[in-house]
Amino acid sequence: MTHQLPALIIIVPLMAALLITALSWINRKWCFTITCATFALSLAASVGVMIEVLENGVVSYRLGGWRPPIGIEFRIDHLNALVLLVIFSVALLNLFASRIKVQAHFPNKAGTFYALSVLFVTGLAGITITGDAFNLYVLLEITALTGYALIGMGQEHAPLAGLNYLIMGTIGASFYLLGVGFLYMMTGTLNMMELSKLLPELYDTRVVMFGFFLCLVGLFIKMALFPLHSWLPNAYTYMPTAASGLIASLTTKVMIYVMIRISLLVFTPAFSFGNAMLMTVLVWLAVIAIVAGSILALAQKSVTRMLTFIIIAEVGYMVGGFWLGNRDGVTGSILHIVNDAAMTLCLFLVAGSFRFRLDSDRFSELSGSFRHMPYTMIAFVVGALSIIGVPPTCGFFSKWYLIKGGLAAGSYHFVAALIFSSLINVILFFRIFEIGFFQTLPHGEPVSQAIPAARGIREAPRGMVISSLIAATSLIILGLSTNILVSRVIRFVF
Amino acid sequence: MMNDLITMIAAKYNYWAFIVLMMIGLYAMIVKKNLVKKIIGMNIFQTSIILFYISVGAKESATIPIIAHGHQEGVIQATAYINPLPHVLMLTAIVVSVATLGVALALAIRVYNQYRTLEEDDIQSQINQI
Amino acid sequence: MKTVAILTVCLCGSLFLFCTMEFPNWGDPAAPASMHLSPYFIQNAEKDAAVPNIVTAVLADYRGYDTMFETAVIFAAGLACFFLLRTFTRKRRNERLFRHIPTGIVLNIKAGGKIPDDPSKFERIDSHWTPNDLIIKTTCRLIIPSIQLFALYVIAHGHHSPGGGFQGGVILGASFILLAISTDLRSTVRRLSERTSAIMASAGVLIYAGTGLLCLLLGSVFLDYGALAPVLRSGSVMARSHGILIVEIGVGLAVMAVMIWLYYNISSAGKHDEGL
Repeated sequence: MTHQLPALIIIVPLMAALLITALSWINRKWCFTITCATFALSLAASVGVMIEVLENGVVSYRLGGWRPPIGIEFRIDHLNALVLLVIFSVALLNLFASRIKVQAHFPNKAGTFYALSVLFVTGLAGITITGDAFNLYVLLEITALTGYALIGMGQEHAPLAGLNYLIMGTIGASFYLLGVGFLYMMTGTLNMMELSKLLPELYDTRVVMFGFFLCLVGLFIKMALFPLHSWLPNAYTYMPTAASGLIASLTTKVMIYVMIRISLLVFTPAFSFGNAMLMTVLVWLAVIAIVAGSILALAQKSVTRMLTFIIIAEVGYMVGGFWLGNRDGVTGSILHIVNDAAMTLCLFLVAGSFRFRLDSDRFSELSGSFRHMPYTMIAFVVGALSIIGVPPTCGFFSKWYLIKGGLAAGSYHFVAALIFSSLINVILFFRIFEIGFFQTLPHGEPVSQAIPAARGIREAPRGMVISSLIAATSLIILGLSTNILVSRVIRFVF
Repeated sequence: MMNDLITMIAAKYNYWAFIVLMMIGLYAMIVKKNLVKKIIGMNIFQTSIILFYISVGAKESATIPIIAHGHQEGVIQATAYINPLPHVLMLTAIVVSVATLGVALALAIRVYNQYRTLEEDDIQSQINQI
Repeated sequence: MKTVAILTVCLCGSLFLFCTMEFPNWGDPAAPASMHLSPYFIQNAEKDAAVPNIVTAVLADYRGYDTMFETAVIFAAGLACFFLLRTFTRKRRNERLFRHIPTGIVLNIKAGGKIPDDPSKFERIDSHWTPNDLIIKTTCRLIIPSIQLFALYVIAHGHHSPGGGFQGGVILGASFILLAISTDLRSTVRRLSERTSAIMASAGVLIYAGTGLLCLLLGSVFLDYGALAPVLRSGSVMARSHGILIVEIGVGLAVMAVMIWLYYNISSAGKHDEGL
């Protein structure tokens, strides 16, 4: 049965999404349970696949029984297995936190919400697992469409932000499709492994070069690398909090995974890292993204909006680290995919709790939060320390690798940008700590005398608190297990 | 010389047509301020890619990829039928673009319900007022 | 802004043009795309799956996994539009709807309420209301069944001629949309409720994924229709052919239902009152 595990990772959530939709018209009670069971099953299956990969190396699964270039294959190596684990763990944690929020925001459409989020996760898992360049596009669109719908149902200007995201996202996906078309035209195949065998002879041609470039630009739009980031802040700020932990922490990370996959597997490292000019340009772009993201984050006045700009800076970390082109840089970049997914999840869950209790997450509303929402704030502090990069948390370790890579490659501007952004993060988060810990309420009376219930400040519901605490704990556990992660898994990628 | 030019045009004009279409779509998405016009631009953009793939699949003096009846006597000649793969891929791409269009229109309806306009400038001025 | 855009577009365009110089010639039978994988499909499709239409064979068998998600994309779109647009209003048995002609506002008059009496300003758009146009009514009554019959033909004949689940499903959906346009939305919703179309949409994709899962449970891999041979009581090649048909029926069902669902929600902005 173990050889069927890769298929189960995809089939279970797909069937569940259909079942939930049908059930939401018949009996709504079961939707949450099924969603839970689905994510748990898929997580178990991806753990199984991970074990298989650790023992036997690459796992390949032929869909329809056709051999790879003819049919589509799943191809799971250490990198995808890791990303799959991240996807389903994040989905499961976010689900526990979102139950109450879903009931509050979408009383009539809870089933549809669950079905869409399951489809969203299916799409992400499919992107990760597939070994076919065109199939990746189809699943990219599944993720995108469900993402637009989830974002469009948020508050304030969400529909407009969703529409802008849709237009930008479609341009990105279309560029990727066109790039794949160029590669197909020159080779006649869509399978990633076969492409990597046929392409080396064609590396000098303009068409292949341009195809690679188109794929990258498409992915840069999708992952919101700095000059192409304009869709992200609004979309992520206004989206419903029930979905924010899921979408914000996974979308950009999976896109970075795709970039790594295309650059290392479809093209060889010799090609991707052989072009010094491309690498220099991309590392500079990443530096600009980090600096600009950090500075723009300083100008924001609410937690979620500040986090969106931090995400833009973090994308810069990962892109820059990868395009340093040396072992430490790539390791740091991959490690940061995992860590950043966990950090973003933790912080977005906390921001969601703020919004749930206070109806807003503006800094000025957070006064006294340490006193009245202690557990949520513990999670927030751990997440913040991790983003800043304080040792026992995981953020430190990936940053450590990235800095090591930057020094080895002689990219001192990248190292400087990393340190600069850490310093800015210190300012960003300690400002919030100060408000939450010391500041008096707007009326002038000190926190201790205010009536918490009147302002609605009290600890978030149990599900949210527990999920944020688990996410926060995972940050420390991930940090402590960095060594195992690098030596058992990431070492095999590059 | 003249002949070379003509052969080159004959060999490439499909690709040029796709580039022109794509640029029209891109231009519409960048410049147009009306959201529905942007969506139309997006659709043109996607259609151009479909044209590109179909052009890749074309083969001279070949017919549609359906095996003719009564071929059993001879071996099937690959040159007699055009490349089916791009057609399959584009069937998928068409479906995707229809789905995207549907969601885009749904979002546009929500935007219209909220601001009572689809002009980006008007929406922006409404947002700034608040 | 305009000049910047024109410059960007021209720059991109010239880059692409520069690139086309190295493209294989259009229609060149020796182009790599035509030489590498496609000869296998052309020469083996009929042998492998007993389907003369190679596009159908590649679509539903060789790349069946792609197509399953293609159906899922359409399904996701239907779900997304429902999620974004649908607004639920309480249903009343004896409700009467009147449209105020100058403003287009629809009034909902409860049982026992005062009915507007100025016919020049108010128009009844009740569920029983249909445009009283003999020509449109008769034409549609004649056309719709033929459209539906043709759609079924397109689905069933996808093995031998251009066609298949997507095309047939869209035509089938179009016949319902024609009904909605020629009468009104509410009378169509009464024939095929939103609930039915939503369940049908998921059932359609479920047929596809379920067929694949059945292959897996019968001991082969996902979507390997050859494994269905013992169930369908045929050889493995014919089982593939039948498998493709089953899958295409699922696709047709899903696409039809989603098209109708999309039309319901988009044409009435989610209110399901009046439609276009």
